[in-house]
Amino acid sequence: MSFWNYMEYGAWALSAIFAVYIVVDWLRTDATYSEEVLTSSREGELEAITEEHRS
Amino acid sequence: MANFDITSKERDGMGPHGTQVGLLRVLGPAHVWALGVGIVLVGEYMGWNFAVGKGGAYAALVACWFAGILYTCVAMIDSEVTSTVAAAGGQYTQAKHIIGPLMAFNVGLYLVFAYTMLEAANAITAGYLISQVAALTGYAGTLDQQPFIVLAIVFLAWLNYRGVLATLTFNLVITAIAFSAIIILFLATSGVFGGGMMRHADLMADNAALPYGWIGILAAMHFGLWYYLGIEGTTQAAEEVRSPARALPFGTLAGIMTLLIAATLTWYVCTGLIPWEYLGDGTNGSVAPLFDAARLTGSQPLVWLLGVGTLFATLASANGCINDASRAWFALGRDKYLPGWFGAVHPRFRTPYRSIVFLVPIALAFALKVPLDQVITFSILSGLLEYTFMPLNMILFRRKWPMGKIKRGYEHPFHPLPALTLLALCAITFVAVFLGYGTQLVAMIAFYIVASLWFHFWRYRFVNRGAQFTMPWPRPEGY
Repeated sequence: MSFWNYMEYGAWALSAIFAVYIVVDWLRTDATYSEEVLTSSREGELEAITEEHRS
Repeated sequence: MANFDITSKERDGMGPHGTQVGLLRVLGPAHVWALGVGIVLVGEYMGWNFAVGKGGAYAALVACWFAGILYTCVAMIDSEVTSTVAAAGGQYTQAKHIIGPLMAFNVGLYLVFAYTMLEAANAITAGYLISQVAALTGYAGTLDQQPFIVLAIVFLAWLNYRGVLATLTFNLVITAIAFSAIIILFLATSGVFGGGMMRHADLMADNAALPYGWIGILAAMHFGLWYYLGIEGTTQAAEEVRSPARALPFGTLAGIMTLLIAATLTWYVCTGLIPWEYLGDGTNGSVAPLFDAARLTGSQPLVWLLGVGTLFATLASANGCINDASRAWFALGRDKYLPGWFGAVHPRFRTPYRSIVFLVPIALAFALKVPLDQVITFSILSGLLEYTFMPLNMILFRRKWPMGKIKRGYEHPFHPLPALTLLALCAITFVAVFLGYGTQLVAMIAFYIVASLWFHFWRYRFVNRGAQFTMPWPRPEGY
């Protein structure tokens, strides 16, 4: 096998490692925290605290 | 279940609306610049030269500057509206607050499609570039590009998953290298330091500069967008910058200035070194014109520098696209325009992790199964539809919340001139796109009409209509 054949296998292996990391962490996170906490983000938090507008 | 103390001093993003886990505010103007320029710069390295094929070298320059005016208007409008509506989702969130839910849903889809398609196109290009490196190093077989395409998408998705600061710092470094490569190539070839190689007079003799006249300029407008397509992506960082009112206008306007310089230098160097017939054929001729220009200089360091620049520009673009598409999808989920499940934030990395993961297989499917030109065309069309909405958005924004009514981070000058100019240039570009890709344009519009009907008659019943407007703004004028 040539260097570039090894590179092809290396790319597949690295892709698998990154993909497994993401999926494992995703499932672990979903199992650890409640849905209420994970989806509690709302837009405009900073503005609500700091901004003042004329009504 | 983990317990949360929302009075903790170690976790920000918590506020009066009940956010317990929000996106992390860690970015500065340089990251905003890196996001915008990073997405676009690949357009200087490849793609823009189809404009030369459509109308010759001068047509490509006119298209470059007309598209430059179009995108300067985009950057000015974005800077004003996004520094005020500083939330993830960018133009989607602007449309929601200023026009209404149906427009917002469509703009959200334009964003996700434009960025996911562009990400897929970049991954295809990265695979192609690596196969070219293999050929240049003497590999006799046919390199399988698929593992490199998959690796590019999965690695960048992993980086995005792990946190926005590392993601955009990575973009800042590789974008700066890619931009510097263009400057170095210009300095080495233009004769600024002596020994210039430019042959504009020879290469543009007779009819070569404008072979098809004014119709060629019109046709070139379609690919003129390539010089700047994606600079509007800076708005997606709105919820993650430390100071939206400062960082967004600064990063966006510095970004468009960088691109105007990079686009003009790219045109100057490439048309001065490469004959237009070869330069204008981006499929069988000059696929990567800056790299080809470096090869024509005969300088090995320049060849390596521009080769690295091409690969880095491609990766920076894909990286920025993952960031932007996931923020738009996340914002749609958070407002229940899509299932609320997508509106989740990772408690440790503080990224919209489900949106990032969900879009990976879609990008992979397009990168592995759909031809490059079709992927790029869908990206351009979605972007163009988005720009057409922006003038209307800007005019309504000033009308509903006049100057002084709400605090703006940036107020763009000469309103409504930029909005009207943008509208006129979009109309010209639609004609140009229709001439070349009429079927795809009609198919794309039909798709968005069907999606709108689905949203109006089905999906909107799930939207919590009161909860989607959380900005502490006064009522708009006339309401």
